Amino acid sequence: MTEQRVSYTLDSTLETVDSAEQAANRIASELGFDDDEVMRIAMAVREAAVNAVLHGNAYDPGKKVSLDFEQTGGNLVITIRDQGKGLDLEKIPDPLAPENLLKTSGRGIFLIRSFMDEVHISPSQTGTEIKLVKHVHGPSEGVKEASQ
Amino acid sequence: MSMKTSTRQINGVTIVDCSGRITLGEGSVILKDVVRELLSKGQKKILLNLGDVNYIDSSGIGELVSAFTTVRNQGGELKLLNLTKKVHDLLQITKLYTVFDVKDDEASAVKSFS
Repeated sequence: MTEQRVSYTLDSTLETVDSAEQAANRIASELGFDDDEVMRIAMAVREAAVNAVLHGNAYDPGKKVSLDFEQTGGNLVITIRDQGKGLDLEKIPDPLAPENLLKTSGRGIFLIRSFMDEVHISPSQTGTEIKLVKHVHGPSEGVKEASQ
Repeated sequence: MSMKTSTRQINGVTIVDCSGRITLGEGSVILKDVVRELLSKGQKKILLNLGDVNYIDSSGIGELVSAFTTVRNQGGELKLLNLTKKVHDLLQITKLYTVFDVKDDEASAVKSFS
């Protein structure tokens, strides 16, 4: 995928979560990320898709999840949008706080932030958009960074 | 690859050999059902062998936490055995590595149950 965009429109189902993860796996591999990075990117996309399907669209068959992969400059930019009520960022607890460690949910956004270089979450009344950015570290990128 | 489990007993400890993926949906449900069934039979010393679990997502992590607290609340113990690097790293970054009792040798893990 060189300077191109791949887009998917997916149903609000569990299969979408697997499909999103598999697409991320394939595209990240094609871009030359190592196995560990591919796993991290794919897991971040999976978690974002889980949020979109479960918490955003709430499995509503009338609502879709859109998934875009774009390589722009030195970045892989992945955008996931749902058509739900909009994620309330204030209500997401810190999963590392001692009182939350034994909670059985609430780690998805944390994992996404841990695995990606940049995460931008934009909730609105018509849905949530989450943009995930991973820097592509090719040889020329490394030289450029080292000289800065 | 979806999750599969099989159980065996050693010295009163039930070892659950897990393989595949513990993820939202089937994998998490299978783990929940296995632990629930063991508890219903009074088997409260549970060692989850995750040596062949190559992937866990946040739902899977949540299910591990749920299993841990459910067993503990019934007076039992649940420990983890043979974490793969991926699972180990996930438990580290979520600060759960120190919550769970994690073992890397089956014989000593079995002995460690009270």
